[in-house]
This record gives sequence, structure tokens and C-alpha cells, in this order.
Amino acid sequence: MDAFWIILTGSLIAVSCSLLGCYLVLRKMAMVGDAISHAVLPGIVIAYLLSGSRETLPMLVGAAVLGVLTTVIIELFYKRAKLQVDASIGITFTWLFAIGIILISLFTGQVDLDQDCVLYGEIAYVPLDLWFSESGLNYGPRAVWIGGGLLVIILAFIFKGYKGLFLTTFNEEFAKALGIAVGFWHYSLMGAVSLTTVVSFESVGAILVVAFLIVPPSAAYLLTNKLKTMLLLSSIFGILCSIGGYYLAVLINGSIAGAMATVAGIIFLIAWLISVLRKNRAIKPFDIISS
Amino acid sequence: MNDLFQFFSFSDPNVRYVTLGTMVLAATAAMVGSFSFLRKRALVGDAIAHSILPGVCLAFMVSGSKTPLVLIIGAIITGWISLLVIDGISRTTKLKNDAAIGIVLSVFFGLGILLLTSIQHSGNASQAGLDKFLFGKAASLTKDDIITFSSIGIVLIIVVLLFYKEFKLISFNPDYAKVIGLPVKFLEFILATITVLAVAVGIQAVGVVLMAALLITPASGARFWTHRLGNMIVIAMVFGALSGFFGSYISYVAPNMPTGPWVVMCLSILAIGSIWFAPKRGMLAKYKIQAENKKKILVENVLKLFYHLGESSNNFEAERSIDELLATRDLRKIELNRGLQLLRKDNSVRLKEGNWYITSKGLNEAKRVIKLHRLWEMYLNQRLKLEPDHVHNDAEAIEHIITPELEKQLEKELNYPIKDPHESIIPYNKD
Repeated sequence: MDAFWIILTGSLIAVSCSLLGCYLVLRKMAMVGDAISHAVLPGIVIAYLLSGSRETLPMLVGAAVLGVLTTVIIELFYKRAKLQVDASIGITFTWLFAIGIILISLFTGQVDLDQDCVLYGEIAYVPLDLWFSESGLNYGPRAVWIGGGLLVIILAFIFKGYKGLFLTTFNEEFAKALGIAVGFWHYSLMGAVSLTTVVSFESVGAILVVAFLIVPPSAAYLLTNKLKTMLLLSSIFGILCSIGGYYLAVLINGSIAGAMATVAGIIFLIAWLISVLRKNRAIKPFDIISS
Repeated sequence: MNDLFQFFSFSDPNVRYVTLGTMVLAATAAMVGSFSFLRKRALVGDAIAHSILPGVCLAFMVSGSKTPLVLIIGAIITGWISLLVIDGISRTTKLKNDAAIGIVLSVFFGLGILLLTSIQHSGNASQAGLDKFLFGKAASLTKDDIITFSSIGIVLIIVVLLFYKEFKLISFNPDYAKVIGLPVKFLEFILATITVLAVAVGIQAVGVVLMAALLITPASGARFWTHRLGNMIVIAMVFGALSGFFGSYISYVAPNMPTGPWVVMCLSILAIGSIWFAPKRGMLAKYKIQAENKKKILVENVLKLFYHLGESSNNFEAERSIDELLATRDLRKIELNRGLQLLRKDNSVRLKEGNWYITSKGLNEAKRVIKLHRLWEMYLNQRLKLEPDHVHNDAEAIEHIITPELEKQLEKELNYPIKDPHESIIPYNKD
């Protein structure tokens, strides 16, 4: 039963991440996703200190605010100070992450977050944290409910905003000309990424969220040119990562989240091979003609 | 205060090691990072830092020892592989460089965590301390560490000094370097290797996540102070060393404070401070220039209002009401008032019973701007063969920018014209 809960939690998070990640990869904002996943840390710690507990809602708010703030700071450096974009990203997220770690050390004892957990989460403890109703009914692990709620929100966001996201992703100028609020979709997406990051934080940690955000969508992108297929494929890859990752971790007795990222890497490798082979096959007829 | 004194006396060998070690690490990373920054590969350093973790774990699994040198060799190998994979992904697929970096850093790091936890769970007692790579162990640097780091640091500095010119060229213009016959591939290999080395060493002070800051942040800050590579590297190294120093000081005074994040904190403050306050390139300096330009344009536009009104009524000295001034041009009332106040301080316009009139000083200035405007229209019309109804907007923008030298050239080129393409008279100031 534990295995089932862990895989289910992993899958719920992986699917949410993979769906949003498709847009990040297509918008060439993969590293912004990475930056956000690190930068939400101070938001989580501050929310923790203010609310005094591990309540989900204040953390979500704290992280979402920090996530959007991160993109604002990056843009400020990039557009106003004319600092190159990669350096803007690098400075911003390392700075915010350092603040987060400093806050954790400053308030040790008050904040029940340790540094390792920040990096790679504690998905193995998911089945231990159960949610009981007032009458004592066991609803199953809390993380499953939170992960499920997140997935519903993300799905609603993508279904409702499909057209806006689609147009602003592929042709921003055209979207602008149609009168679509480009900035609105940009910041909504960033807000959604921050939300996903913070929910995933406890389970898989800051860096492995990035594996879910970037790797399955990239693998899917190599295999298809259609957005809908890409969304579907990357969700499937995300689920495969959680299943494969769990059993790999059991096999060599290591971190489940780490194993999930490793499996994601293997899936990407296979997709990469397929795309290279396909490309070679596609080129061959022309080679014959030209020779 | 006592703490401060004790710290600066360096009587405690531990303090000596930690401070010196962190300073050397941060300064060498800053030096190498300057090149990564200029080659727009700032985030590659982040990927290398994450990719080093599996290398360290594998080196430990194979050798069973934790000697810094052995671990560094493992680190270099996977650090290098990560570079090759990033390069391979962006070369052979449609994925962009940033996605390639993200994939490599998260997957390699995931693998590293998997190996690390697997080692930890294996019950091997000698593994303790491997996880220091995650967050750095600046506070517990030993004499041996310092010797290893410093020698690597010195090697790095020597390499950079030896290849300084070549590195400079491939950072700014790799195509030109190739054309003049430099072995660009080889130089890139050397540069990548010293980057991996600097990361492998620096990571022991600040850990995986914050390593990127040691590379990028000092260089980014230094960039705002100078446009010379040599100066930039020196400034970046000073930033690095200073932050290393303060980071160790803070964690000495408050022992439960982590050194690495404080080093990064100091670096960030220095860099963000530079971004805002550096003279010439800083954001405040830029805003100041922008504001001054805006002021100049507004003032000149207001003066032109007086001129146009004077021209059409053939009375330049007449007093004008605000409404009259507003009627001639699309200008907001607040802006007009601001411009008038600025001009009044300057003694270019004066207020008389609620109405404004232009002084001879103001009129001269107005004539100058009008002249530039009309000269430019003439130039566009005669030399570029633009129709008279197409030249106004362009002239409206450039009239505020034309320098006296350019003005003279325009006059000469057009042979001191009397009228512009719209048959308006070009006013010349009698000198």
C-alpha cells in the first residue's frame, strides 16, 4: 500500500509539472522554471514563520508571491540594467536561495525544514502523514489530496486558458495584435509554476521539481510537433518516471526522488536516440539524390 | 567587539584556514566565471556544479576514500561529461540551450542524490561528510583542504595568465580567433577544464546550489564598473575575496550561521549594489541621464510653442495664456506647467499677471531648436528625397540631439537655406 501512495503522489506531481513544463520549454524559459523552484524557498520560510505552522495555504501564498517576484527581478536586471539574461537568472535565484537558507538557520527550531529536505524532499514519508476526518475516518495521505488538488487546478488553468497560452507561447506578436493580454498569461504561468513548485517541495524538493518540469516535456518535444500530443506524452512520461523511480530506489536503497529524476533522464535519453535516428532516416533519401 | 578583534588577529588557526580558504575559492571562481559570463554561459556553471555530485559519489564508491584529490578527479569527469551532453543536446535536437542545461543539471543531480543516499543507507561508516558537497563545508575546512585548494587556485591563475590574450579573443570574437588561426577548440577545452576545476573546488565551500553564484555574481557586478576585461577580472576577484572574508567572519561571530549562503549574500549585495549605483553604467546613472534628456526635450518643446505662436502672429514678445499655449501642441497641462517652471528658473520665460512671455534668451534658444528642426527637414527632403509631408516626425525627434558640429555641417551641406520644405523661414541667430 505504501508503494501505491508514493507512486500516486509522485505521479500527481509529475503530471502537473510536466504539463506546465511544456509551456516553459516552448517559451524557452526552462531556466526561469529552475530559478523559481529555488527562489520560492524564502517565501516558504517566511510563510512558515508568520503562520507558525506547516499549513498549506500560507505557504502557497508565500511561494506564489516569491515566484512572481523572481520573474520581476530577473526582468528588471535584464530589461532595465541590460544585464544578459543568463546572468540575471543566475544572480536572482542564488541570492533568494541563500536568503532562504540563512532564514532557516536563523530560526532553527522554529522552522521544521531541514536543508536536505529542501533539496530532495521526503516522498518516502508520504504514507506516514495521513489525513483523518473529525470523526476519525482515514482519508489516506495528505500529500495525495494536496497533489490531486494541484493537478485539478493546473488542468483547469490549461483547459480554460488553452487558447491564450497557445497563442502567447507560439506567436507573442500575433497574440498582442489580437488584443490578448500577453503579460497576464506570462505572470499566470509563472504563478502556476510557483504553486506547483511549492506543493512539490515537500515531496520531491527544490531541484527535482526541475527534473519533472523540464525533462519529460523536453523528451515529448523531441517526439512530436503538436502541442496536444506533447502535453499528453509528457504526462505519460511523468507517470513512468514515478513508477520506474520508485522501484529503482527500492532496488538500490536510495532516495526515491533522486531515482525518479534518474528515470526521467533515461526516458529523455531514449527519446533523444529516437529523434536522432528519425532525423538520419529522414535525411537519407536526399543524400542519395544529391550524390 | 571582542569577537572582531579575535577574528582579525587570526590567532585561531581554524579561523585562518576557513577565511583564507573561502577567500581563495571565491576569488578563483570569480576569475574563471568572468570568462563564462562574457561567453554568455553563466548557467552552464550551474549545470557543472550539479553534475559534480554523481562524480564525487562514484569516485567514493570506486576508491572508498574521501581524499579531496580523488573526489575532485571524479568531479571533473562528470563535470566534463555534463558539458559534452549539453553541447550534444543543443547541437543534435531542436531543444534550446536553456532546456539542455536544465535537463542535464536536474538529471545529473537526481542521479547524484540517488547514489549519495544509497551510499548513506549502505551503512559504510566512512561515508560521513560526503553530503558536505550539497551545502558546502566552509566552516570545517582543514589545513589539507587549504593546501589542495590553494594549489589548484594557483594553477588556475597561471593558466589564465598564460592564455589571457587567447581567452580574451575567444570570449569576445570566436569567429575572428578562428580566422587568424588560433586553435579555438583547444582553447575552449582548456577554458572548460579550468571552469570545471574551479567549480569542483568551490563547491566544497558553498555547496551545489550556490556555486553558480560564485561564478556569475562577481563578474556581473564587476561588469558595471568597467569595460576592460583585465579590470573586470580584478574587480570580480576582489568582490569574491571580500565576500569570502565577510562570509567567514559572520559565521565566526554567529556559529550556527552557514558560511556559504552568507558568502553568496555578500556577493549578491555587492553585485546588486553595482547594478544600481555604479557610475555611468548603473541603473540610477542611466535613469538620471534619461530624466535629464526628458527634461531637455520638454523644455525645448515648450520654447518651440512660444516660437510657433510668435511666428503665426508675427509678435514674439506677446504674453500667452496657458490655454493658448496648450492649443498649439498636444502636450499635457502638467507637463507644460513643469516645463514653464523649469524655464522660469532658467530666466528663459517670465510670468506676468498669469500669462507667460518669452525672454530674448529663451527666444534665442527657441530659434536654435527650430532651426535644427527645419534644417533637418531640408536635409531629408533634399538629400534623401523624402516628400515634405514625411519629414516632420523624424525632425521632431532629432532636433534635440543634433550637436553644434553636426549643425555646422548641415548648414554647409545645404548651403545655408532660407526656407524649409514647408516654406517656413529658417531662423538664424545673429552671432
